[in-house]
Amino acid sequence: MASVKTSTLLKSYAPPRGVADELLDMDGKLRPVWWPLIDLLSRQTPEALAARTAAGDQYLNDAGVYFRQLGDGNSSERTWPLSHIPVMLDQAEWKQVSQGIVQRAELLEMVMADLYGPASLVHEGLLPPDLIARNPEWLRPMVNVAPRSGHYLHFLAFEIGRSPDGTWFVLGDRTQAPSGSGFALENRVATSRVFSDLYPNANVERLAGFFRAFRDALNGLRVSDDQRVGILTPGPQTDTYFEHAYIARYLGFALLESGDLKAEAGNVSIRTIAGQQPVSVLWRRLDARFADPLELDEGSALGTPGLVSALREGALTMVNALGSGVLESRALLAFMPRIAEKLLRQPLLLPNIATWWCGQAQERAYVRENLDRMMIGPALSQRQPFDLEPSSWFGRSFLEESDKNVDDWLEREGDRLVAQEAVTLSTTPALSEGRLVPRPMTVRVFAARTPDGWTVMPGGYARIGKSEDPRALSMQSGGSVADVWVVGQKPVQVDSLAPPATGPFTRRMPGFLPSRAADNLFWLGRYVERAEFVIREIRAYHKRLSESGGTDLQLLEDLAVFLEAYGTEVTEPVPQNLRDLIQSAKNCAARIRDRFSIDGWSALSDLSRSVEAMSGNALPGEEVARSMTLLLRKLAGFSGLVHENMFRFMGWRFLTIGRALERADSMAALLETFATEEGTSGGFDLAVEVGDSVMTHQRRYSIQTNRNTVIDLLVLDHLNPRSILFQIEQIKTQNEALPLSEHHGRVSQLTRLVVQLHSDLTTATPEEIDTAALRDIRSQIAAMSDALDQQYLS
Amino acid sequence: MLTTYDIRLTLEYEYEKAAVDSHHILRIMPRDLPDQRLISGLVSSAPPPDFRRDASDFFGNSITEIGFGRHLQAASFTFAGRVARSHEAPNLDLSPALTKLQEEVRSRRDLGPESPHHFSGPSPRVPMDMEIAEFSRSLFAPERSTLEFVKTISAALHSEMTFDPEATNVATRPIEAFTSRRGVCQDFTHIMISSLRSAGIPAAYVSGYLRTSPPPGQERLEGADAMHAWVRAWCGNEMGWVEIDPTNDVMVGRDHILVAIGQDYFDVAPIKGSLRGSGDHATRQRVDVIPVPSGI
Repeated sequence: MASVKTSTLLKSYAPPRGVADELLDMDGKLRPVWWPLIDLLSRQTPEALAARTAAGDQYLNDAGVYFRQLGDGNSSERTWPLSHIPVMLDQAEWKQVSQGIVQRAELLEMVMADLYGPASLVHEGLLPPDLIARNPEWLRPMVNVAPRSGHYLHFLAFEIGRSPDGTWFVLGDRTQAPSGSGFALENRVATSRVFSDLYPNANVERLAGFFRAFRDALNGLRVSDDQRVGILTPGPQTDTYFEHAYIARYLGFALLESGDLKAEAGNVSIRTIAGQQPVSVLWRRLDARFADPLELDEGSALGTPGLVSALREGALTMVNALGSGVLESRALLAFMPRIAEKLLRQPLLLPNIATWWCGQAQERAYVRENLDRMMIGPALSQRQPFDLEPSSWFGRSFLEESDKNVDDWLEREGDRLVAQEAVTLSTTPALSEGRLVPRPMTVRVFAARTPDGWTVMPGGYARIGKSEDPRALSMQSGGSVADVWVVGQKPVQVDSLAPPATGPFTRRMPGFLPSRAADNLFWLGRYVERAEFVIREIRAYHKRLSESGGTDLQLLEDLAVFLEAYGTEVTEPVPQNLRDLIQSAKNCAARIRDRFSIDGWSALSDLSRSVEAMSGNALPGEEVARSMTLLLRKLAGFSGLVHENMFRFMGWRFLTIGRALERADSMAALLETFATEEGTSGGFDLAVEVGDSVMTHQRRYSIQTNRNTVIDLLVLDHLNPRSILFQIEQIKTQNEALPLSEHHGRVSQLTRLVVQLHSDLTTATPEEIDTAALRDIRSQIAAMSDALDQQYLS
Repeated sequence: MLTTYDIRLTLEYEYEKAAVDSHHILRIMPRDLPDQRLISGLVSSAPPPDFRRDASDFFGNSITEIGFGRHLQAASFTFAGRVARSHEAPNLDLSPALTKLQEEVRSRRDLGPESPHHFSGPSPRVPMDMEIAEFSRSLFAPERSTLEFVKTISAALHSEMTFDPEATNVATRPIEAFTSRRGVCQDFTHIMISSLRSAGIPAAYVSGYLRTSPPPGQERLEGADAMHAWVRAWCGNEMGWVEIDPTNDVMVGRDHILVAIGQDYFDVAPIKGSLRGSGDHATRQRVDVIPVPSGI
């Protein structure tokens, strides 16, 4: 390897004194593992470098990777803050880290089994009882509940850092429901785009093998092959929902919310459109306390009543067991070294951050003598060491202003407090204005249990500080995230990151669609269609307003009244109701992101942005009509994507039925008002226009327009994609493919209703479809919606 | 001495909209203890449940889990049984001085259901409240014994608070009831637990039944027309747990029948439930606790 030329890139790279640096060794020389990357970077023009980082950002943007920024009472989606320079680690060093991680995972499993079993660690004085008894994550209902799989822990994460002497140590254990592994995959894809020429031959260990091993391990825990592993998510309002949906898609697991589950008589099943399907493995991303309102947090709206009871009966394997969050409390770290000696009869291979529980006199005295290098905060905190509560002590003062005396505080509340050494983290390069700057970092390491023991994900996820202050590491406080490359001497075996082409399970269980997902798809269809209808109405109104100069007063008034029934106020240029409809559609789509194409989601977001951007400034008349035409075009873009790209599966059928039902109903409503037997001046034309059938109507009935021609085209013509009969045919076709349309030789209520209306309309003449008949059609459509809801969606 | 009771409790529910998939946990069966024998007892429901499971919880309380898959308009749950109670209030004060209690608590390396550690910190329904802690501190005297202090708190609450079923409901927070100085047994109990814990005394919530009509010549106790609640305080290694009823300011004896023990109301609620897609519901509760004349 040729020596790298000193470049402007590195000129100002100066790690702080007394700190280990990933890039430079103690003598200020480049570490060999970085040579190829630095060599590449030093040959880039500023423009080329910008193009590279842009390629990574473009990927993240296209893939829709986001996290949820939580604020005071509100939250918003933020783009993924990727630091483009990966952290380079040597394979031999990583191997040592992995051994330490595996040892720690095994130790945590033993501690967990003890805390939910004999509690001998407490009896023998290795853990103070009140640290467990007061811990809200130690769940009494789970005591003496043996895990079905034989293990409590299956998937863990560890935050590790490098100390000034170059050795690694553990900052915190993530045992509840660790997040980040899916984001690690996205970090990897994005970073490999930035260095697309370097990555393939840089001997970087791949991540896919880790995921495959864990997927196979979870699949192996199922009771039978035709079940699916579920991922239990709290829902779209969670900061890492993107990852839940992403992992579900990637591994072929079912994304479930608590409401999808039903626990009863020692069994847990998923409510699907084909009835209840048993489930025996759940990978939960939901904090345990919220899992069951009957036995755990009573205020939880996210839980499944009876879940704890079912676990007691051994109904399923929970990954990780409910109650595993107890292992995350900071105070536990103070006792881990002695526990390791006791349970493993060996020292920790990876030490953890030096921690003192201030409930012990001797420890408290030591902390008091060394206050300037201490972080002191709540003993049961689950936060990372540097993510301190505002009430904490940091080095020389309290973080928030306080009139507390630190000595009194330690004396009075010692048993609620834990002190940790304010360690110095190593620095790693980050890009700032075209140069590399040193930033503090920690690495998140993931470990998964397989039948052959724990396996460790080789790299993928590092947190990078925003400034030199290690407290600014978290994303919520402005930190960023980088890929970690574990680099070996030899070429690696290349694994595909791509998921298996289709999950084999979906083929074996064609009916597998949770009722909640079907419900959201159905309503997505209805909202989108209703929005389209309202847009067409608003456009028709404003066109007439500008064309007639307001002379066609009666029709305009009728139209205003008609729209009011839809909650739409025409005097507003962009009615609030229209925004609400599009927001509702977006909310539905947000809850099914695992089944929804990224392009479809972008199109819907784009539509929503357009509506929001059309503030109330548009002038009534021509201008509003034009903006409505624009919205229609965007909507058509969304519909096109759904039509062209969405897999013709159960989910798509519900979406289609939703659209067709809504379209049939709004057409019937329109005709009921504007195509009465008496006729309103301009009403027929309006109906034909809103029904988007002006051309067809002119071509077919060029000589005469009367009620019969309008009814024939918009109700009975099964070739017109806007007619009611066309919609009913659609529903009929989709319904036949639904799992319960015919059961034990008996047709469902929905089937009966659909077939009846279909045959009525097929044989009807325009004269028979009077206003009363239209009203009747609407009530039959409402009955269909109810029947669908009862049978599949609730 | 032994008093035998026939006990009957009925909880009735009426749902505004038919409830689907309802799932309940009942804690209405008295405990079987050395000083309280459960001679017979049956928990039942009407209509009969679609599934049922009887078990005991972490603290050793009997629980009945009941589920209905079908639509329900109304349901009722009943406990009927006979209990022989021999529990006597302690005669001697064997508790340590308040200042010595902490050491005794810390000496207990134990997480079993009777361990005082479960009952010393805040719990979901009894958070730390500055005002209640202040009230407790105003009565604190370090030279006193733990039991004396427990009795002092009970007496103070009994004289300062007014029993008033209209003032609070099942969801009222201790601080609200304390501020208004009004409430029922649940409020008295929560406030007393909060006072004791803030003074470092482990305190538990007890639910149970109360003899309906008093023995001749005695006053009727408050709280006999529904399930009752009182406090269990840990008074050191030698004395252990002591039960006291702050609503009536009496040491618990044979008029009280113990059903469940927990950190606070959430752990012992007679019925917990969840229903899908139902609106409001109405409840009614009826309790009869009748002494069986001796010789039967």
